[in-house]
Amino acid sequence: MSGHSTYEPKTAVERWIDTRLPIIRFGVDLMDFPTPKNLNYWWTFGGILAFCLVTQIVTGVILAMHFDPSGTGAFSSLQGIMRNVDYGWLIRYIHTTGASMFFVAVYIHIFRGIYYGSYKAPRELLWLIGAAIYLVMMATAFFGYVLPWGNMSFWGAKVITSIVGAVPVIGPSITTWLVGGFTVDAPTLNRFFSLHYLFPFIIAALVGLHIWALHVPGNSNPLGVDVKSKSDTVPFHPYYTVKDGFAIALFMILFAVFVFYMPNALLDTDNNIPANPLQTPAHIVPEWYLLPYYAILRAIPDKLSGVIALAGAIACIFALPFLDTSRVRSMRYRPQAKLYFFIFVVDCLVLGFCGAHEPNEQVIPGLTTFNLLDSDLNTYVWLSRIAAAYYFVYFLVITPILGLRETPLPVPESISSPVLSHPAAPPAGATASPEKKG
Amino acid sequence: MAESVVGAHADEAPDQDRRDFIHIAAMAAAVGGVAAVAWPLIDQMNPSADTLALSSIEYDVDKVPLGQQVVLLYRKQPLFVRHRTPQEIAEAVAGDHADLRDPATDASRVKPGKAEWLVLIGVCTHLGCTPGFDGGNLAPGHYGGWLCPCHGSVYDTSGRIRRGPAPLNLAVPDYVFETDTKIKVG
Ligand code: HEM
Ligand code: FES
Repeated sequence: MSGHSTYEPKTAVERWIDTRLPIIRFGVDLMDFPTPKNLNYWWTFGGILAFCLVTQIVTGVILAMHFDPSGTGAFSSLQGIMRNVDYGWLIRYIHTTGASMFFVAVYIHIFRGIYYGSYKAPRELLWLIGAAIYLVMMATAFFGYVLPWGNMSFWGAKVITSIVGAVPVIGPSITTWLVGGFTVDAPTLNRFFSLHYLFPFIIAALVGLHIWALHVPGNSNPLGVDVKSKSDTVPFHPYYTVKDGFAIALFMILFAVFVFYMPNALLDTDNNIPANPLQTPAHIVPEWYLLPYYAILRAIPDKLSGVIALAGAIACIFALPFLDTSRVRSMRYRPQAKLYFFIFVVDCLVLGFCGAHEPNEQVIPGLTTFNLLDSDLNTYVWLSRIAAAYYFVYFLVITPILGLRETPLPVPESISSPVLSHPAAPPAGATASPEKKG
Repeated sequence: MAESVVGAHADEAPDQDRRDFIHIAAMAAAVGGVAAVAWPLIDQMNPSADTLALSSIEYDVDKVPLGQQVVLLYRKQPLFVRHRTPQEIAEAVAGDHADLRDPATDASRVKPGKAEWLVLIGVCTHLGCTPGFDGGNLAPGHYGGWLCPCHGSVYDTSGRIRRGPAPLNLAVPDYVFETDTKIKVG
């Protein structure tokens, strides 16, 4: 970790420990970490995510004590958890709701990063590690979703593992290898349980790297200007432990509303039917957090190209630090970028909405327009095509070009200056001079 | 020349070629070793012998009434056995001349003289869902065969892909007519 340590061992025992394993020093420095004083609530989602990970691991380890990962036993062992295990229903609902809450938090966290340019130098690796966490999270959630061995679990597993089969030549052998049979079956469930147990700990390790990478340059902040002096920062504790704690408390209220009042809102009713290899559910959809990608996959009427687009959509997130040419970090000073960003957020929601509907369904019911290529224009397949096009244009065209062509607003010199130079309260002897603000 | 202790050639440059050789040999041995250990760890995920041993099935097609189909389980996958009506066969043969994505004649997808029996693996070649029978629907964009609920692939009365994202026709498994009405699949 960067910066010098302020820790002074006070007792002989502490000194003894400190010279052998400076773990107390590590903790103290972590709490003392100089943090920009102007972080807003969008910065609390990191802490919220840590809370989510711990929640999933604790409830997951408990579920695993009662869960039977066999083709014949999985479905009924979950019924047992729901009916017979003391508080089993609570622990399972926290785990199922927790997966969704985790994704709510990670999406907000990612959009925060895009808006405030948190991925820009010197935080590119921090961003890449974050993107890797997101990828492993999606895999973990997918493996978890297969475990109840309901009919949606089964067919979801079948569709997702077939996506890999689109790879030319070796694809089908990879799918066979992945599922361990001619098709998804009991061996698939068994190995997915093993991986579902493993992956959260890989996430935990990546989170460690993420925080390490964060503590080298320190946090960015809503203004996007670097920390210039000690007066720009406050120690992490108590300022941000309290702020994060407050945000986590609010988040837990939302969490509890789902757990106690609508635990099935985010689950699929088809998953209350045991897996049936002969009957595909009439309306097959992934969990809500994967819907935008699902819409991109279906937007393209060709198997391989659809899969390439899906992979490309995720690759764009990884590539973002190298696509953005703007030297201004925060979009607070980039009015045009801000506009395209908000369209992008809406675009992602539209994609999610499309993913939840049948491709041939009409967007405006009862209106038949004209047939373009293979479908009527007033269908979800065309809406997803338009939305998918904007998704890629945003990353691959707007982000690189806008940074070179836009005129950003004047950026404050330091974190303290915009506060101190506020016209309503000109402080005596302010260090920053207003003329320089443009 | 300076005095030197035996074995300590301080003033001689190390023999770079010999060092490179040792580095390369050590790396090659390490990579080979890792690969040899990794392979069993990877290969164990392939289908196990008992999974591969799933045997063939026999079925008496006489049990399927005209214009209907049964769905059997073959190697844990749905198998369609369809008793086609003369109209379905006619449509399938007519489709031979259409612009097909995965060209195949109807005759090549049934056994000679047994055009009324269509045997298919009921796995959509897009992402593996099981298509439902489209009830002979011949409205525009439909071909009277199967419709996949997942992403809307449409198959004709010969099980050939006609519309939607699937790249290939529904697969015809290896099967033989053991008697006039009994098939053996696999
Ligand atoms: C990264 C964190 C995790 C995520 C995002 C996650 C996600 C999920 C999801 C979406 C399900 C399906 C729930 C359902 O539809 O019933 C599930 C089930 C399950 N998970 Fe996790 N999980 C995580 C961590 C863990 C951990 C650490 C364990 C245990 C070691 C675990 C054990 C289980 C078990 C046993 C089930 C089956 C029971 C059930 O479906 O409720 N999970 N998980
Ligand atoms: S799986 Fe059949 S259309 Fe996608």
